[in-house]
Amino acid sequence: MEVLNQSSEQSQKKIKLIDARGPRFSAALTTLVLATALVTHSTILISIQVVVFAIGAFVGPAATPYAFIFKKFVKPLLSKSAPTEDSRPPQFAQSIGLIFAVIALAGALFSVPALVTISLSLALAAAFLNAAFNFCLGCEIYLILVRAFKK
Amino acid sequence: MNSLIPLAAVLVLAIAFGIWYRRSRGEFRRKRTANGPKLTAEIIGATLGSRATMVQFSSAFCSPCRATKALLEDMVGKMSDVRYAHIDAESHLELVRKLDIRSTPTTLFLNSAGVEVGRAMGTPKRSQVIDAINAIH
Repeated sequence: MEVLNQSSEQSQKKIKLIDARGPRFSAALTTLVLATALVTHSTILISIQVVVFAIGAFVGPAATPYAFIFKKFVKPLLSKSAPTEDSRPPQFAQSIGLIFAVIALAGALFSVPALVTISLSLALAAAFLNAAFNFCLGCEIYLILVRAFKK
Repeated sequence: MNSLIPLAAVLVLAIAFGIWYRRSRGEFRRKRTANGPKLTAEIIGATLGSRATMVQFSSAFCSPCRATKALLEDMVGKMSDVRYAHIDAESHLELVRKLDIRSTPTTLFLNSAGVEVGRAMGTPKRSQVIDAINAIH
């Protein structure tokens, strides 16, 4: 929960704008990977998604392999006038995804299938909602978390 | 564990939620009675409009907050009796709790006395903002 501890003034100084279509494309790929992982409970697929989420959470959403695929193969096909967005909201969503993916991985490694099913379901729901409905996870849960943990 | 049931359940629930989410974002929800706390210029950090004031709460991890701010600032620029105030939710937690703000962006619509008559969560459309302001007398 590193992201939660960052003060808002501190992070306001380093606002990084990225192509807003990148995170949406990444969410679609994440949906495919998580959906397959939910059906197969494949440890390899869960591990791959853990690594992708970790890069997105710690380095940034524009540094993941999915963002690379977007830049290399999808972006050239799209309109040149790219809508931009602050990279922090998708980075926050990647951090939440990482938490659930790590729990799922632990469930797979210690043979607790129910844990895998539940945590992958939650991560999949968030990724799918982001891809299909432009759902903003940070908008809906960040303030609730701050209200719960900060006095 | 090759069952398709969890996947189907997640997709059905997520689609239902997604449709509700899309429809409800930006919608002006009127309070039944305008009996909430009175917000003053000092509290919101901007003068109150002679007719209405829009108070937007934003947070760091919120993409639609920027778009909402740009839209509302643009709209109040053309209205002499409506003012706009922008508040960072995280650094005003006491106010956030008092007004029960749960998500961002949330825009409160205040009457001339500074009392909330309703609110909208998510980015409203231009027409939704106009309707909300028209509902304030």
